[in-house]
Amino acid sequence: MEKLNNQQIIEALQKTFGEDSVYGIGESHGILHVTTHVDNIVPMMHFLYADPILKFQFLTDLAGIHFPDAKGQELGVIYHLHSLENNVRLWIKAYAPIEAPNFPTITGLYASANWMEREAFDFYGIIFEGHPNLIRILNVDDMDYHPMRKEYPLEDATRHDKIDEMFGR
Amino acid sequence: MSEIALVNSPNVGLDKTQKGGPYVNDLSTLNLGPTHPATHGIFQNILTMDGETIVDAEQTVGYIHRAFEKIAERRPFYQITTLTDRMNYCSSPINNMGWHLTVEKLLGIEVPKRAQYIRVIMMELARLADHIVCNSILAVDTGALTGFLYVYQWREHIYEIYEELCGARLTTNMGRFGGMERDLSKVAIEKIHVLLEGLPKGLKEFEGMVMRNRIFMDRTQNVGAISAERALNYGFTGPNLRAAGVDYDVRSLNPYSSYEDFEFDVPVGTKGDTYDRFLVREEEMWQSLRIIQQAMDNLPEGSYHADAPHYYLPPKQEVYKNMEALIYHFKIVMGEIDAPVGEVYQSVEGGNGELGFYLVSDGGRTPYRLKFRRPGFIYYQAFPEMIKGSSLSDAIVTMSSMNVIAGELDT
Repeated sequence: MEKLNNQQIIEALQKTFGEDSVYGIGESHGILHVTTHVDNIVPMMHFLYADPILKFQFLTDLAGIHFPDAKGQELGVIYHLHSLENNVRLWIKAYAPIEAPNFPTITGLYASANWMEREAFDFYGIIFEGHPNLIRILNVDDMDYHPMRKEYPLEDATRHDKIDEMFGR
Repeated sequence: MSEIALVNSPNVGLDKTQKGGPYVNDLSTLNLGPTHPATHGIFQNILTMDGETIVDAEQTVGYIHRAFEKIAERRPFYQITTLTDRMNYCSSPINNMGWHLTVEKLLGIEVPKRAQYIRVIMMELARLADHIVCNSILAVDTGALTGFLYVYQWREHIYEIYEELCGARLTTNMGRFGGMERDLSKVAIEKIHVLLEGLPKGLKEFEGMVMRNRIFMDRTQNVGAISAERALNYGFTGPNLRAAGVDYDVRSLNPYSSYEDFEFDVPVGTKGDTYDRFLVREEEMWQSLRIIQQAMDNLPEGSYHADAPHYYLPPKQEVYKNMEALIYHFKIVMGEIDAPVGEVYQSVEGGNGELGFYLVSDGGRTPYRLKFRRPGFIYYQAFPEMIKGSSLSDAIVTMSSMNVIAGELDT
């Protein structure tokens, strides 16, 4: 069997979801990544899962991310999919505004997404609609903020010995 | 009821007074953990019991969460190696190498063959140490203490080899970007040969005592079984997935650090139960020994690190005499190395599954975002499903055989 190449994946996705829905296409060290609208995530995951050639049936990881400067698209989720049969990896990215960081849950397809989504909620405040039990997982329950967001600096901002300018940065 | 029944937690969500239901007895709640000696780590499970049978389990994790992903966003790349030590602390070198490979991929550093082979040796030693712990402790959990002593001394021996290479035993911080910090010393080579000769004997003794032991088999067969479909759906990787019959091994599917040069088998089970997980780990130890033997026999000549002065620390004596070396030393130690903008995902076959690093770099001195794919965090979710309907003692051996490690789970 010929190895599945990234161009085939892009074509299959664009054919099914339209060219407007699959954008931000790129490749990083051989791994294809595409961006899509939040509404497309669940149908896309199901399509990739069920397609007899693509067979992306393994959710490797799910990572939240915060870009404070990208207005209207501050919070993102990166789904790491792996087609074990083809040995091809794929990242699906989607972004939502920080005022309404609502993503659909994919726990209906992947049982493993349960804690991954709870983790992204815990650290970034991303709401996964339809999740069976969306509560904090690693941090304490009564924490009232989402610590991995960029507005929470790790160290005391008043320290003067670590100012980047001093080091020519 | 059992004497250790503790609290009647109202939040388990089951009507315990329900009469005429499917349950024989009134339901009771048993608190297993967080600091229970049989959980081998800080895990809490609130079990709902129908007599001796587990009806439901509610997990709580995060007791040793140390915010590594947040800390990593403030640290230069080389300082993150020490964080990875503390994830799966039963096999720290694998974590270290995984992180080095990730950064090397981002920076585009080519690592010489000799360094790659030394890394393979250290990673396989770490896998041996990890599996020795998991399997011998599983035997202890089923009541067989002696076998544990036959193999545990070899774990100590592996730690001595680590010491030879990096000076530390548990939190190794081994290797550098571009290779290793020092070559295999005479003592290290000698110790590896002693291990290759001695461990098989200890392992055989251990297997002779445990593997076909009636009590052990009765305690582990058909206990905590999971099908291949469910295991994949739950994101299982490593020995736990292979025990269910899926031959996914990162080393053979996406070879890194010259694993394609070695001949080894990927053992798989059929039932995905505790006994299969035990057998898969046993066989993997034999395969690890095979890989180490091949690597020692074919150890290439040459440098043990890449010629990458921007990223690899110069020898200390050079720093005192040579201007360039001093500059590079300063820049590296102060975290001034230039990283390109990019996104990288690199995974390695950890002791208990696919350990992945997803690194987003914005060109700064620290990662913009670093996500650790911890295998234990992902597959431990399946624990309630695996123990439902079994007894408490089965739950203990199931957890033991899953090789969940709190440090990795909570990062």
